[in-house]
Amino acid sequence: MFPTPIQKTSRSWQLTYQALLPLALIMWLLPLIAVAIFSIKPLSDFSQGNYWGLPSTFEGVNNYGKVFFESDMPRYMWNSVMITVPTVIGAVALSCLTGFALGVYRFKGNLLIFFMFVAGNFVPFQILMVSVRDLTVNMGLYDTKLGLVLFHIAFQTGFCTLFMRNFIRALPFELVEAARVEGVAEWRIFWFVVIPLMKPALAALAVLIFTFIWNDYFWAVVLTQGPGAQPVTAGITSFNSQYVAQYHLMSAGSIVAALPPVAMFFMMQKHFIAGLTLGAVK
Amino acid sequence: MALATPHKRGWYKRNEIAISPWLFLLPAVLFFSVYVIIPIVQSFWISFHEWDGLGEKVWVGTDNYERLLTNDRKFGVSFWNNIRWLVLYLLAIPAGLFIALFLNQTVRGIRLYKSLFFFPFVISQVVVGLVFSWFYLPREGLLNAMLTFVGLDTINVLGDPSMATYGIIAAGLWPQTAYCMILYLTGLNAVDPEQVEAARLDGAKGWKMLWYVILPQLKPATFIAFVVTIIGALRSFDLISVMTNGGPFGSTRVLSFYMFEESLSEFGFRMGYGAAIAVVLFLIMLGFIAYFLYSMWQDEKGGR
Repeated sequence: MFPTPIQKTSRSWQLTYQALLPLALIMWLLPLIAVAIFSIKPLSDFSQGNYWGLPSTFEGVNNYGKVFFESDMPRYMWNSVMITVPTVIGAVALSCLTGFALGVYRFKGNLLIFFMFVAGNFVPFQILMVSVRDLTVNMGLYDTKLGLVLFHIAFQTGFCTLFMRNFIRALPFELVEAARVEGVAEWRIFWFVVIPLMKPALAALAVLIFTFIWNDYFWAVVLTQGPGAQPVTAGITSFNSQYVAQYHLMSAGSIVAALPPVAMFFMMQKHFIAGLTLGAVK
Repeated sequence: MALATPHKRGWYKRNEIAISPWLFLLPAVLFFSVYVIIPIVQSFWISFHEWDGLGEKVWVGTDNYERLLTNDRKFGVSFWNNIRWLVLYLLAIPAGLFIALFLNQTVRGIRLYKSLFFFPFVISQVVVGLVFSWFYLPREGLLNAMLTFVGLDTINVLGDPSMATYGIIAAGLWPQTAYCMILYLTGLNAVDPEQVEAARLDGAKGWKMLWYVILPQLKPATFIAFVVTIIGALRSFDLISVMTNGGPFGSTRVLSFYMFEESLSEFGFRMGYGAAIAVVLFLIMLGFIAYFLYSMWQDEKGGR
């Protein structure tokens, strides 16, 4: 193990390390801690210049209550859910198919198609923006959740395919061959042999895409505009213009907007990290 | 007839293995072409036109590019800011490695520490941008509170054209470092303990151990960290949009932001010009994409 395990080092370094850990963490998360403190302060603290002291009264319930009951935030959150969940399902489903096709079969153009997906996934969004916006407007899907979902599914399929194909490659190929010898139809091999083995990959990919899509901002501002369809990342900016300089409310709003992927991460941590690395570092 | 001869089986049955992959690929390839491949081609085409997004496209040849490269000061600023992003963003890799080495221990609660350090990556860039712009606030911000505390002058990071871009990059480095950290933590897990022990017996330690024994084994992690950091740097948009909206005096624009501004600005849509900017950004990215694909291809050749 590298660096040397702390247990094998001197007593003084062990103690220093134990003290350093929480200190480093506080430094690292300082901007976030500040916002969390902001979000439970009363307005009067800000007008009296008490920015960094302790809150004079605890206003957390009040501030978060305002976010949930007196603003468009719940609508934006709901939009985000309705954009994110279908995208996750769609992109994961499509990439199961492509991952299987590219991971199991040998045919001319296999690597070419695979690289097309990979390269597409790396492309800067701006090269797609004008056309995708135009296409969405022409289909009558501008400022709808469906318009965003369709694009997200298509684009995320690139990354998901990279991930799924590499995962399927690493499965024991003999299973597929054995099934073929038995005369099992190809789509049944896919459904009954390969899919059951892909559960960890499905979970990892689902959490990862959930986070990516929930946090998307660029496409939200390009393809939507009002509280009817905008997800929370775009909604937070209009929320902030509603409560200009009311830092306690803006902080509470930001925390609410950031929370779902955070909750997802903590619930599915193992899968999440597997997802970030398995597609790449094996 | 119990034995079906190959002739009697259907055409599909006979060619199943050849056709199946294409059937599996069809929906995704269709989707991907419509939303990714064709738009790239279209953007190239649009970049040779003047177009407001509604009326007729007017062919202008290479006019857009000539204007970009000869007399567009904003383009120059954006381009150089992109270079700054690219170079400084790479700091996330050594920084992530450093934190990973710091956290690669087995003490009580270390798992929780690791997840909390990873935290910034899970939050949306919009929120990161907001958090940092409050952190930088000239009067109320925590940064200046700390500077005053240690007896330094206060600074207005985002209001000063010479500092604003660096301020935003610093905000971007926060989640990016977390990402690189998690890649390295996983990489360190896979480092061969026997090699480390052997090297230790040979007297290697500290930097030498890191450089000659550990880093070579972390190569896959470094490659991924490099890929995601380069892409992240060139995609920077959210932070700029949220923190400064390109200002002050346009000093924090990057190509991706400038393109957005030109295409969908309040002063009329200039899609053709925007597309030309996007093409330039795409060509820069293409260099990296080609390199990434080449490395992947090298790996593939060894495989099945």
